[in-house]
Amino acid sequence: MTIPTSPFTDEHQQLRASVRRFVEGELAPHADEWEADGWFADWVFPRLGELGYLGLSMPTEYGGQGADYWATVVFGEEIVRCRSGSLPMAVAAHTDMALPPVLKFGTEEQKQAYLVPALRGERIACIGITEPEAGSNVAGVRTSARRDGRDWIINGSKVFITNGVRGSFVTMVVRTAPPSQTPDGRPDPWSGISLFLVDTDLPGFEVAQKLDKVGMRASDTALLHLTDVRVPAEALLGIEGQGFKQIMWELQGERLIASIQSVAAAQLTFERSLAYAQEREAFGRPIARFQVQKHRLVDMATEVEACRRLLYDCVDKWNRGEYATTEIAMCKLACAQMAFRVADEAMQLHGGYGYSREFPVERSWRDARLMRIGGGTDEVQREIISKLMGL
Amino acid sequence: MKVIVPVKRVPDTAGEKKIDPNDKTVDRDAGEAVLCPVNEFAIEEAVRLKENAGAEVKVLLMGPDNAQSIVRKALSYGLDEGLQITDDAIAGSDAIGTARVIAKALENEEFDLVIFGNQSTDARTCLVPAAVAEILGLPSLTYARKLEVDGDKVVVHREHEEGWDVVESTLPAVVSVVEAINEPRYPSFKGIMAAKSKPLNQKSLSDIGGDAGEVGFDNANAVLIEFAPRPPKEAGTIVEDDGSGAAASQLADWMEQKKFI
Repeated sequence: MTIPTSPFTDEHQQLRASVRRFVEGELAPHADEWEADGWFADWVFPRLGELGYLGLSMPTEYGGQGADYWATVVFGEEIVRCRSGSLPMAVAAHTDMALPPVLKFGTEEQKQAYLVPALRGERIACIGITEPEAGSNVAGVRTSARRDGRDWIINGSKVFITNGVRGSFVTMVVRTAPPSQTPDGRPDPWSGISLFLVDTDLPGFEVAQKLDKVGMRASDTALLHLTDVRVPAEALLGIEGQGFKQIMWELQGERLIASIQSVAAAQLTFERSLAYAQEREAFGRPIARFQVQKHRLVDMATEVEACRRLLYDCVDKWNRGEYATTEIAMCKLACAQMAFRVADEAMQLHGGYGYSREFPVERSWRDARLMRIGGGTDEVQREIISKLMGL
Repeated sequence: MKVIVPVKRVPDTAGEKKIDPNDKTVDRDAGEAVLCPVNEFAIEEAVRLKENAGAEVKVLLMGPDNAQSIVRKALSYGLDEGLQITDDAIAGSDAIGTARVIAKALENEEFDLVIFGNQSTDARTCLVPAAVAEILGLPSLTYARKLEVDGDKVVVHREHEEGWDVVESTLPAVVSVVEAINEPRYPSFKGIMAAKSKPLNQKSLSDIGGDAGEVGFDNANAVLIEFAPRPPKEAGTIVEDDGSGAAASQLADWMEQKKFI
């Protein structure tokens, strides 16, 4: 299978022009203010909904735009130009992490109650996997639900939850039964896990803390406590006990969108570095004329391009319905590491100005650091790949 | 109600424009061609009439064959159908020649309202809307910063240097709008996809009954005699403060001399 040099159609490029105009005109002017506030404005989600950007690849019957996955790529590539990594991440947590499971596993009632208003930006979604004592180990989640008549009672904690303060519901991983035995008598830690759609305004649901972070500062990240939160039977998403498999599917899209934003952020950082190097003079000439900086810029551009090719190959597979776990994990690993390396090289190229808050480099550097941690750390991606390689 | 929005394919507004030294017309292949940004305000008004009053909106473009993408772009905002007038004979038309072609095309159409942008970002003559109205013998309401259709009349706020006048006329009428009139929307992906399959009719000058002896480069009233590249930007005056505050009065003197104050 070969993909064409540009996978984007004229229609995708028109969408790109629209998104870029919106991002540069309506979002970017506020980036500094939102960064200082530690909160991007509440009008952003409804505005994105109004423009149809929250459901580009979602079916039109639920208010989506009915486009293919490449439209999501276009949006992901353009929204990073808002000069903040936080907002794109927060939007992606909603559109590409919390919502796809609702479409894929939800009942018609759940789609109407959650997906439809979420695509309008009226209800904001979070994905709740990580816990204080179980991050990448999904099988180790301790948040549990027990039956009470037709209802479920949920207890536990979730941490590092993007949109956790502003969110109105959480697509949450919960243990509903102890691990069962595999046929050869060992406990199966992946059994007994289920997904729930949990409203954040229920009694017993508490935003315990808004976390203070190194980067991604305009996005609200929360520690959530659930104490005897009662949800109806209808809150179960998909099949009881199949949550592990369901969330593994979700993680493919999560890693892809993280890779898309990593490559796009690195591309932007490279463009800024190039412009700076051509303008900034040292020893009587632009620093871009020094071999050391030329080579640095070439390495940055090469790394971005190499990762973009791997990414587009994974996107092509995903767009055609292939389930390419190994390649997607490799892609996430490569793109996240590359994004931080490029940001770090950009800071070095900018010298003292790079370390100053006056230039955008330091924000990109702080924001990019998360990519190696969120959506499964580098180490987790390596574990997945090694397992699938039979090591 | 039927509305027609004439649009224009122009060189990228932000790009460097070039004049072809051979025929002294704008070199339309030199840079990227775009839908004239001023047209977006006219399109937005038409889309609002479609949404609020059920208007049917047709986009009209006079231009070369490859301007089809610009018609599709205009349709992506939600307009219903396109009409493109393409003919070698109309190439190089000046503002009046352009107005003759557009007026001729409109004579073949049913409409209640024609909404222009007040100018194009390449020529910026502001002549075409009024000239079209004149040729068709229709009321001309130019420089509208507000537009309302009320039954069989149109009311606009006509912008001028000291504010605006409220002007009204019966329909059909020709209106041109200024950028203050609205905030154009972005085309949605659904709109972009739908534009691909909307009807687009292409006609020649003879199809609309136009006279090749009245339009085109050879019949233009406006003739470009000479042109020169824009002179390079001159270095500015730098006023440095030596700590005594003298720079402030130097700056004030300079501003007074340049009549800024």
